[in-house]
Amino acid sequence: MPTSLLAVEKLSVQLTDERKLVDDVSFSMQKGEVFALVGESGSGKSLTALALMRLLPGNMKLSGRVSLAESDLLSLSEAQMRQVRGGRIGMIFQEPMTALNPLMRVGDQIAEVLQLQTALRGSAQRQRVIELMEEVGIPDASERYNWYPHQLSGGQKQRIMIAMALAGEPELLIADEPTTALDVTIQAQVLELLLSLQQKRGLTILFITHDMGLVAQLAHRVGVMYKGKLIEVLAIEQFFKSAHHPYTRRLIANALPVTEFRSPVAHSETVLSTEALTVSFAGRRKGWLLRKQPDTIAVNGIDLHVNKGETLALVGESGCGKTTLAQALLKLVPAKGRISFLNHALIGMSEREMRPLRKHLQVVFQDPYGAFNPRMTVGKLIREGMDSLNVGEPSNRDARVAELLSLVGLEPAHAGRYPHEFSGGQRQRIGIARALAVEPSLIICDEPTSALDVTVRGQILTLLDELQQRMGVSYLFITHDLSIVPRIAHRVAVMQAGNIVETGTTEEVLTSPKEAYTQRLLASAPHRYLQQRLA
Amino acid sequence: MLVLWSDVVVWLLVLSLVGFGWQLKRDALARERWRLVAQSHTALASSVILLWFVLIALADSIHWRTDDPYRPVVSVLDVALGKMATGQEKSYSAPFAIESLWKETRQTEDGSVIRAPVALKYAGTHLNDASEQATDIVQQSIFWLVVGAGLAAILVMLLARLRLFKDTDIPWRTAALTLVSLSALSAWLWGMGQSYHVLGTGKVGQDVLYETLKGVRTGMLIGGLTTLLTLPFAISLGIAAGYFKGWVDDAVQYTYTTLNAVPGVLLIASAMLLAQLYLAQHAELFASEQERADVRLLLVCLVLGLTGWTGLARILRAESLKLREMEYVKAAKAFGVSDGKIIGRHLLPNVGHLVLIAVVLDFSGLVLAEAVLSYVGIGVDPTMPSWGNMINLARQELNREPVVWWNLFGAFAGMFTLVLSANLLADRIQQVFNPRATRS
Repeated sequence: MPTSLLAVEKLSVQLTDERKLVDDVSFSMQKGEVFALVGESGSGKSLTALALMRLLPGNMKLSGRVSLAESDLLSLSEAQMRQVRGGRIGMIFQEPMTALNPLMRVGDQIAEVLQLQTALRGSAQRQRVIELMEEVGIPDASERYNWYPHQLSGGQKQRIMIAMALAGEPELLIADEPTTALDVTIQAQVLELLLSLQQKRGLTILFITHDMGLVAQLAHRVGVMYKGKLIEVLAIEQFFKSAHHPYTRRLIANALPVTEFRSPVAHSETVLSTEALTVSFAGRRKGWLLRKQPDTIAVNGIDLHVNKGETLALVGESGCGKTTLAQALLKLVPAKGRISFLNHALIGMSEREMRPLRKHLQVVFQDPYGAFNPRMTVGKLIREGMDSLNVGEPSNRDARVAELLSLVGLEPAHAGRYPHEFSGGQRQRIGIARALAVEPSLIICDEPTSALDVTVRGQILTLLDELQQRMGVSYLFITHDLSIVPRIAHRVAVMQAGNIVETGTTEEVLTSPKEAYTQRLLASAPHRYLQQRLA
Repeated sequence: MLVLWSDVVVWLLVLSLVGFGWQLKRDALARERWRLVAQSHTALASSVILLWFVLIALADSIHWRTDDPYRPVVSVLDVALGKMATGQEKSYSAPFAIESLWKETRQTEDGSVIRAPVALKYAGTHLNDASEQATDIVQQSIFWLVVGAGLAAILVMLLARLRLFKDTDIPWRTAALTLVSLSALSAWLWGMGQSYHVLGTGKVGQDVLYETLKGVRTGMLIGGLTTLLTLPFAISLGIAAGYFKGWVDDAVQYTYTTLNAVPGVLLIASAMLLAQLYLAQHAELFASEQERADVRLLLVCLVLGLTGWTGLARILRAESLKLREMEYVKAAKAFGVSDGKIIGRHLLPNVGHLVLIAVVLDFSGLVLAEAVLSYVGIGVDPTMPSWGNMINLARQELNREPVVWWNLFGAFAGMFTLVLSANLLADRIQQVFNPRATRS
């Protein structure tokens, strides 16, 4: 019988107005196990982790019992608690960009933990930092000790965060969505590192995530959180095969990879095609006499086409130029080459000539929070395009707004509300209604589901699919998430560093990729493990 | 009836404030925010006090000509203050004194020559004997305090009858208490001012309390008008620089860095000296001294405004740089919305809170700036009642024996109350409207 390392009993987090954000959560963790806490955003999983560390904001009240190897964490003084944080409990945060101090050398940031938690000083301390950096896979560790966070890549920053968390030799490691901000290939590497560290050191990890693929890969046991309550705790084998709770089943069902591929659209007219489309940003001249920096080429001579009623998924990692390509198609950034849209050449066209075409070409953005002017009502937001491009009779436009709102699954009465009154998924529906308002032929969807929870993501993808079948609209669907590609796309284009490396039907690309890069992308996708678990 | 330029400005300022409030009726989001502002006790009390200052300034902004050669132009406030405004002594006298501070040599009835203070012409004239003074002051004080508090209490009850206090989240009790105490204090000052000089008299015998009250209009005008003058520059240049970038940004940044590089006081001083020279050489343009002083006051506002827009412009430029990259601006561009409309519809409403915070914070700073400028002699006209001028006079008065402190005290009390209430209100507004400020 393994000993219980962490025991949480009736842990509750309350706001001052008595609202419970975490409600009577009880669970325990054995030494050396990975316990995954899953749930949608707002379900209280991160708050639970912060509550264990007693790092809650001042307006929240904490009650219950948390014992870490016999010591009651909630009764410790603040000074004793400081010894626990970073010492007995280590934590890895979601966003490595903001979790590191930008003005401090990374080595010193790790050394700070050693300074506080261990007796190591001077060269011994430095030696230990370099060991830790090597352990988490930073090359040339003694050299990079002196680097600043901005000189490291996102994955390396997350490795530094892991080294910091390990520096205090923690009994328990809390990882709060440690790979969400990273690209798939980097994510896979970081996860492999975590796994090997876990096995080598026998780490106990509380792993917080919303990604079922990661759960399948890492966890020994899973706790499901829903609206502040821990509704179910299951061993990993039972979790995927015999979960009782309907919410858990829905969560798994939504994460299931689609194995049926959509057949390509029978040959129809081409809506959009590009030839040798290139976008480059002029290099800055640093000072008067110095040479100009070379131009940055974000999109490097791309040829692609989208047919009527078809969805082309553009897949690539962050920084590969996919968003820039979208902006070039919308003429929001200057580009060279040829864009042919509904048989008009867009490049070289003036804004005035472009206006009649604007209504045929619309966009849905990633961030449902930044996509709307917070000071305009939903009705006005949806009308804006119709008013500007003169679509439909002015007297009919309000009726059209109501029609669009019901089309995307909202109430016509919602037109009088402000964007902040809606949830993320509802906002994305508003974004789709706004794009549809001008009756476009092509909608560019720039990562429209990556900020959404799994269940909501499924709903939005279904909505987009229905609209396509009803209206025959084409999508250029930009994403980094390979797992959703089969659900939406007829064809796929894989983009790497400004170039299209592979195109083909969804089935061809996902089942028998030709290019090494595509193969690597597919191998990194965590939903691979999900398939194994379910098999 | 005589309309001074500054009168027009004061009324326009107040009307625009009323218009701003009216427009809130439509904007649910903004209304909710202002409700949050009103929920703070200090903010509500400060607003009542500020409102009182506004009323004084308004009453002092309706002027007409009279036949009296000594007072060719009077305002509603002058009339309302009665003997406070007309009771001109010969020179200094202490607060509540019935005898002058200066001594005169005169012959008594028995023929001996003495050197003694003289009885004041307008203070304590209703007393039969100087020994009655203390009792009289106490009796009158109680009377006026009760009258003031009573009147305010009746007003509050009437308003309560009209069911104006429906919103239970707003601390109406605090507002009512402030109103009652303010009214009691005002009634006392007014009542006592009819038979005594509450804050004594100044060098040429003018009532210091009267001067202080006249200074309210000058202070409010400088604070309010200057802030409003900075807004068009700050908003148009700041947003244009941030939104268009490129050469527009370069030009605007160059302008404000240059303006900022010149020491502010130096720039203002040189501009004011030039303006003064012009006014002195064209005395024939103005019918009365008061009108000339009025134009000079507006010039002070203009000069302060021309140099004061850089801070807000810088903030707005940074915010616009951020907002122009927001997806809703890009969506608007994809809809073919013109630049002007994007600025008006998507940028301007979203920097509104910054403008509001800047306006209320700058207000008090500018009231103080006027005092500094008048102190070094380049502010408003020396004949114009203003707190800066009073402080300037106090420089010599503090050097004499016995010390004449009441001019300084009057200016200090007025400025302290106005600036403190404005700052407390600004603090709360900043707390509610600034998305980055933490709300407890």
